[in-house]
Amino acid sequence: MQRARCYLLGERAVVLELEPPVSLASQQRIWGLCQRLQQNEQVEEVIPGMNNLTLLLRDPQLNALDAMERLQRWWEESEAQLPESRRVEIPVVYGGAGGPDLQVVADRANMTPKQAVELHSSIDYVVYFIGFQPGFPYLGGLDERLHTPRRAEPRVIVPSGSVGIGGSQTGIYPLAAPGGWQLIGHTPLSLFDPLQHPPTLLRPGDSVRFVPQQEGVC
Amino acid sequence: MLKILRAGMMASLQDHGRTGFRQYGISVGGALDQPAMRTANMLVGNPEQSAVLEIVLGQLKVQFTRDGWFALTGAGCNADLDGNPVWTGWRLPMKKGQVLTLATPTRGMRSYLAVNGGFAVPEMLGSVSTDLKAAFGGWQGRKLQDGDELPLGKPTRDFHDKAGVRQLLWGNRIRALAGPEYNEFSREAQQGFWRSPWKLSPQSNRMGYRLQGRELKRDAKRDLLSHGLVPGVVQVPPNGQPIVLMADAQTTGGYPRIACVIEADLYHLAQIRLGEPIHFIHCTLEDAISAKQHQQRSFDQMAWGLAHED
Repeated sequence: MQRARCYLLGERAVVLELEPPVSLASQQRIWGLCQRLQQNEQVEEVIPGMNNLTLLLRDPQLNALDAMERLQRWWEESEAQLPESRRVEIPVVYGGAGGPDLQVVADRANMTPKQAVELHSSIDYVVYFIGFQPGFPYLGGLDERLHTPRRAEPRVIVPSGSVGIGGSQTGIYPLAAPGGWQLIGHTPLSLFDPLQHPPTLLRPGDSVRFVPQQEGVC
Repeated sequence: MLKILRAGMMASLQDHGRTGFRQYGISVGGALDQPAMRTANMLVGNPEQSAVLEIVLGQLKVQFTRDGWFALTGAGCNADLDGNPVWTGWRLPMKKGQVLTLATPTRGMRSYLAVNGGFAVPEMLGSVSTDLKAAFGGWQGRKLQDGDELPLGKPTRDFHDKAGVRQLLWGNRIRALAGPEYNEFSREAQQGFWRSPWKLSPQSNRMGYRLQGRELKRDAKRDLLSHGLVPGVVQVPPNGQPIVLMADAQTTGGYPRIACVIEADLYHLAQIRLGEPIHFIHCTLEDAISAKQHQQRSFDQMAWGLAHED
């Protein structure tokens, strides 16, 4: 079994970090363990990361060292019970004003923009974790041919809903923000709505498929 | 109602913070100086975690549209209510129509204003705090502007007289625990972190405090995978200049963590002026826990004192 180490972060957080490499199977166990931990009353929050999880204890006096031991044991017990996984389709208008860098990505891959879109939308991506912004998914599964370095000069504002590629990752900006990713398209879906429960469209463990819309390259 | 006649540089509604949503990428937020927020609420008889106005560097002018009690805590401003001096750390009466004016504080960065009955602003995701980055919560998801009118809650209790408390003092010696990657830094960097002074960069904000000082070199070259973050974590990006994460910090990141400021000392940072030096003091987990308990005792005494004045 993949080994894990536990350590404290400050006085109230305990981190469980798995030995490399990252794999979908171990990430699934992390999601499963996160779900289990959330039901524990001593746990205030759990933050899944990439190959790790961070849990915040409600009360540091309740002996963080104890919590470390227990977390280690729970990890060892956590069989690869698959957490419930949802499949979410995300409509995307590729290219045009919402995807000004589609040509850059296609050129690097020696493809036409249409081929790049076909490739990008032919994959079931996995939400490894959420971070950076409310509802911003770190997606695994981008085809190597589409890996594209970030822009040398980040944009001052990337509009919300932008679908982009940064290095080996692809993702969607839930909110307008400065950013250096290559923008290949735009989705009209809202990824973050504080009035909803849960407030984000995507959750760790979800499977995501981009669906090209007729208004754009498809 | 609280009418904002002049919003100043930056004033926002903040409370205890938003917990339970970090897995969705939502920051905890909340008042940077939690003790000052609690004190202000305690003085006017609100639940300690209630929303208050967090005012950066004073310059605020507000008008009350009902009678009641208010308290100003945190950074000490020259403040007045219709020309009468207002002391920081006191509960004072306000009358309908009176205007409270804050000048720039003489010391500290952030002042907190609480009104009895609190602000009648709905919670979003369990908190009234303004998430400025994601533009939700608080008052229309943004900092206050001239002309805003914030509804006040119904006062739940009345007081006979003014009352003051001794506020928690702040300083520039910040206790911290070694972080998970502490041992990956060179010996020189480890010693330098504790021994040399750090200057607060002007680029510091509610997300993070950027520090300037000697470069911290890391021996290990391995890249870290993204992990969860909490306020207080001191991360060191490749330029060797540390960043202390504050309440609005993003929920995950991948820079090495050299240290973690203890919870009891985080509020000091809320009050340090940009450009001022700070020092990190190495402490143990036991120290951190007892510092927190000690702080709680101060609040218990404060509450007891206030309860027995009336």
